[in-house]
Amino acid sequence: MLKYIMKRLLMLIPVLLGVSLIVFLIMHLFTGDPAALILGQHATQAQVAALRENLGLNDPIYLQFGKFIWQLLHGDLGRSLMSRRPVLDDLCACFPATIELAFFSLLIATVVGVTVGVISAVKRYSFFDYLSMIGALLGVSMPIFWLGLILIIVFAVNLQWLPVAGRIEIGLEPARITGLYLLDSLLTGNWEAMLSTLRHLLLPGFALAAYSMAIIARMTRSTMLEVIKQDYIRTAHAKGLTESRVINHHALKNALIPVVTVIGLQLGFLLGGAVLTETVFSWPGLGSLTVNAILASDYPVVQGSVLLVAVVFVVVNLVVDLLYAYLDPRIHYQ
Amino acid sequence: MSVEGTMQLVKRPENSLWLEFWRSFKRNRIALFGLIVLGLLLIIAIGAPWFAPYNYQESNLPQSMKPPSALHWLGTDELGRDILSRIIYGTRISLKVGLEAVAISLLIGILLGALAGYYGGITDHLIMRLMDMMLAFPPLLLAIAFMAALGRGIENAIIAIGIVAIPEYARIVRGSVLSIKENDYIQAARAVGNHDFQVIWYHVLPNVMAPLIVRATLGISAAILEAAALGFLGLGVQPPEAEWGAMLGSGRAAIFSAPHIITFPGIAITITVLAFNLLGDGLRDALDPRMKQ
Repeated sequence: MLKYIMKRLLMLIPVLLGVSLIVFLIMHLFTGDPAALILGQHATQAQVAALRENLGLNDPIYLQFGKFIWQLLHGDLGRSLMSRRPVLDDLCACFPATIELAFFSLLIATVVGVTVGVISAVKRYSFFDYLSMIGALLGVSMPIFWLGLILIIVFAVNLQWLPVAGRIEIGLEPARITGLYLLDSLLTGNWEAMLSTLRHLLLPGFALAAYSMAIIARMTRSTMLEVIKQDYIRTAHAKGLTESRVINHHALKNALIPVVTVIGLQLGFLLGGAVLTETVFSWPGLGSLTVNAILASDYPVVQGSVLLVAVVFVVVNLVVDLLYAYLDPRIHYQ
Repeated sequence: MSVEGTMQLVKRPENSLWLEFWRSFKRNRIALFGLIVLGLLLIIAIGAPWFAPYNYQESNLPQSMKPPSALHWLGTDELGRDILSRIIYGTRISLKVGLEAVAISLLIGILLGALAGYYGGITDHLIMRLMDMMLAFPPLLLAIAFMAALGRGIENAIIAIGIVAIPEYARIVRGSVLSIKENDYIQAARAVGNHDFQVIWYHVLPNVMAPLIVRATLGISAAILEAAALGFLGLGVQPPEAEWGAMLGSGRAAIFSAPHIITFPGIAITITVLAFNLLGDGLRDALDPRMKQ
């Protein structure tokens, strides 16, 4: 197993290099002149040319990429054209909000999706099964930003149960330790902040989780149905075990192995979908930062945030693969 | 029995495969429903100028944000434009984006996948590593990055969405090509002197069509959702064109006073995407040999 982990970690390096290359190429080959963007529309040709030389923009593309990687390794992602702050500072300020939303959504999606999938498989062709599969079909067909708006109308505007936007009530922010408000309020014992954060997380969390919930429910139902047909399950029944014991102790573990991969892959979708949810709920995360940066042509910020999300996605996929190999020993012996 | 009689017995009519597929498909009532809905959407898209009661671009500020009524069945938006007319014209844009984006992904994906699978070696390695790198990004985020670089507009949105989905099709084609390229009939095709292109085009690709058709149908629904997302963010279709996602984006500010502005475009997106998903699921069940057993 250790050899497998080392091999996968080594393979991470070319993948991360490739991801950086794609981001670099997209931003450098297709966008306008960065020097002109930095200096603004009133700059002269001579000023733009001087800045291009200063920034190394006249160097061959491979040299520019090498410099980009070198700066990346030193944590230098350039400066925002809007705020003039280091891009890394902007990313560090916004990233915890996105991670908190993404993981909260993943938790909802996993708990609800797996539960619904298991019950649907056990009670196949029942009313619950049909209802949940229709719900799953709708879940993968509905745009998450539309679902978010509908949730705002119903729960925030009409029923007034939950807040419309934001991450926490103004003035209740907990002392910053990790930037994750739930964790920080737990660590500091600030229950008012924790409750406010949870209330603000519910609507965007559920909106973002809907698609993943549907995928996980369908996948779990499918794998449970495969496992339930196996001989060892029939043997367990023949031995006189109760239905719940057969499902929970014999079927579920094996059925969940492929579901683990799906859950991990959903994190990538959640990180991408957070862009939309954060816009709907004015969530101060990476998604909002990226969209504002695109609309303002602030390419260093766009580059930095896309790269960050891609790196997180790659690392999460690696963790999922390792977890899968741990759960199914056949994988790392192949 | 005569030779002709024997040939009649042996020869399978060309259209029996299609009949067999159709019989299998139409047993799935839900998939049939999806096909009917798509047919209706196509009719609406083609007949938009006749079905739309008003000019979809014409503003009428005194009539802005009116709820559904006899005059405007789905109400009016923030600029007083008839929502029903904009949804009808939006059908054209959504179907155009879905079909064109998938066409781009299919063409380039088939080419890359066929080359990688057929030639193998360094070609396979280079192409698949590039595909793996692209798959390292969340699809919507990569589309947004392309939009940031290419600029806003429907054509750039189609290109961005199309490029992002290429790796999926390349992998499907490569996998299928790898599994069939060593078959006897492929060897025979090479032996009689066919060029590589002829072997790939006439003998290899027809056998990978089934999974591609299924994936492409489901890909259209994903493309429509991504286009709507880009429109919602203000990156895709630009005003005054009627795109469902853009309608949601521009109507967002009015959800407290006029929630109908965002309700109906969202329903339109959901119905269209659902119909393609039902059709795709039905095609997969009808084309999957295991389901027939």
